[in-house]
Amino acid sequence: MAPEKRSLFTRVTVAVPFLWLAVFFLLPFLIVFKISLSDDAVAQPPYVPLLSLSEGWAGLREKLVLLDFENYALVLGDWLYVYSYLQSILLAALATAILVLIGYPVAYAIARSPRGLRPILLLLVILPFFTSFLIRVYAWIGILSREGLLNQLLLSLGAAAQPLEILSTNTAVVIGMVYSYFPFMVLPLYAALGRMDDSLLEAAADLGATPARAFWRITVPISTPGVVAGALLCFIPAVGEFVIPDLLGGSDTQMIGRTVWNEFAVNRSWSVSSALAILILLVLLAPILIYQRMQLRELESR
Amino acid sequence: MAMRKGLSPVTVTALAGGLAFLYVPLVLLVIYSFNDSRLVTVWGGWSTRWYRGLLQNQALMDAAWVSLRVAAVAATLATILGTLAALALVRGGAFRGRTLFAGLVYAPLVMPEVITGLALLLLFVAIDFDRGFWTVALAHVTFTMCFVAVIVQSRLLTFDHSLEEAALDLGATPLRAFFSVTLPVILPAVAAGWLLAFTLSLDDLVIANFTAGPGNTTLPMRIYSQVRLGVTPEVNAISTVFIVVITVVVLAASLAMKWQQGKIEGR
Repeated sequence: MAPEKRSLFTRVTVAVPFLWLAVFFLLPFLIVFKISLSDDAVAQPPYVPLLSLSEGWAGLREKLVLLDFENYALVLGDWLYVYSYLQSILLAALATAILVLIGYPVAYAIARSPRGLRPILLLLVILPFFTSFLIRVYAWIGILSREGLLNQLLLSLGAAAQPLEILSTNTAVVIGMVYSYFPFMVLPLYAALGRMDDSLLEAAADLGATPARAFWRITVPISTPGVVAGALLCFIPAVGEFVIPDLLGGSDTQMIGRTVWNEFAVNRSWSVSSALAILILLVLLAPILIYQRMQLRELESR
Repeated sequence: MAMRKGLSPVTVTALAGGLAFLYVPLVLLVIYSFNDSRLVTVWGGWSTRWYRGLLQNQALMDAAWVSLRVAAVAATLATILGTLAALALVRGGAFRGRTLFAGLVYAPLVMPEVITGLALLLLFVAIDFDRGFWTVALAHVTFTMCFVAVIVQSRLLTFDHSLEEAALDLGATPLRAFFSVTLPVILPAVAAGWLLAFTLSLDDLVIANFTAGPGNTTLPMRIYSQVRLGVTPEVNAISTVFIVVITVVVLAASLAMKWQQGKIEGR
């Protein structure tokens, strides 16, 4: 379609959502960046300076001089914040690795199941995703707590001599993340595995490959894009997770999403929480760009 | 050969294990909502007392009403915008800024909610927009429209463009071609997008926490403030109502869509 032939209708379909996302998604990030360079103030809103065009260019320049990287120096110079970032990345990576390990067999089984059964199995995997995230995390409090159902079970079976302390630890956080993000891992994996042509495996078998060898040489490479997509879909939001560490984590759990919220709501330091948010974005920039590129390639490929 | 086509014991085990992992916590939650004992982990016999208590909890009912209104408004706007975005991505050709646009559509899908929430709040403060019903609704439109876009996009990709071109060749305006050719075919995906946007909005805690004003406490915000105090049978009862309603709606919708899909492909 040549640009000059584009109809008014097409122009509208592009312009309206583009404008919306520019105003409500792109612009807010520029504001976050600007506030991250500002200083806190005891005022409403609690930060200075506010870039305002009403004071003209001179006023604007005066304010621009006040912007600096103080908040970033503060964040990066404080071991607690750095620890918070490292812990978030580590826990999210661990949860993602476990998700690949348990998500792959499930997605594989769905892809191998009879054609008529597949939509039902997929629906069963997606259904919990529709019910509340908060409720699904909450469900684990009753299971993992000291007097919880898991400990009751373990004690009655004699598998544990005394109740295990799982709730309020990082273990509970990882369990919560694995549970909550499970559908996000299975769906892209299934999409990749479901597209696989069975005749490839048959050809491999005819040529004398054992099933295990055929799996490693054919199925695994074909499903790799699905693994990457699923891993990104889980890892990126998990790094900034707030609800799970807040409900299942303990005092040692200082994931960065929780830190941003605490700086914002408890310490009321909007500029520091903005700097923290920008730093998360920097950490996640590469994975986000890879994810976007994969989505775009998917769009072009058909 | 047989083990590759069908289900081997290993794959059946994986499937059963995966589904058990997904559903056992929810089933336990539902069972314990009928527990007569106030101590959540001690079984005290069956009872529906916590459900009766819910109806008298005015704060909870108010929060549910706020959430339903926000979700209805947000899902409807998000469906329109998301469908337009999908059309732009699939049918818009190579317009200027397309890569940026695609990036803006896909980024909110993975963006940690804490960041989106903070960014939107700072926008509303910067433009002096008082926090309330509309700030939550607009925030929800923004992140849910991207989910709608992805769902509608995948439907548009599998839909033969030549049908639309035929309508245009026969003299239909692009708008008319959209309403009489494209929309009927993508309608199940649009409906699925609306439903997903609705449930995502209903479920959101973090973004609402940043963008809601006083007096606009949503249901997840209310539940959360109770959950932080620990596990209580009341929360189990609310959760059960939530799970049952969503399950029924999603199942009904997927059946309806299957039926609709069959009708379109059958004609």
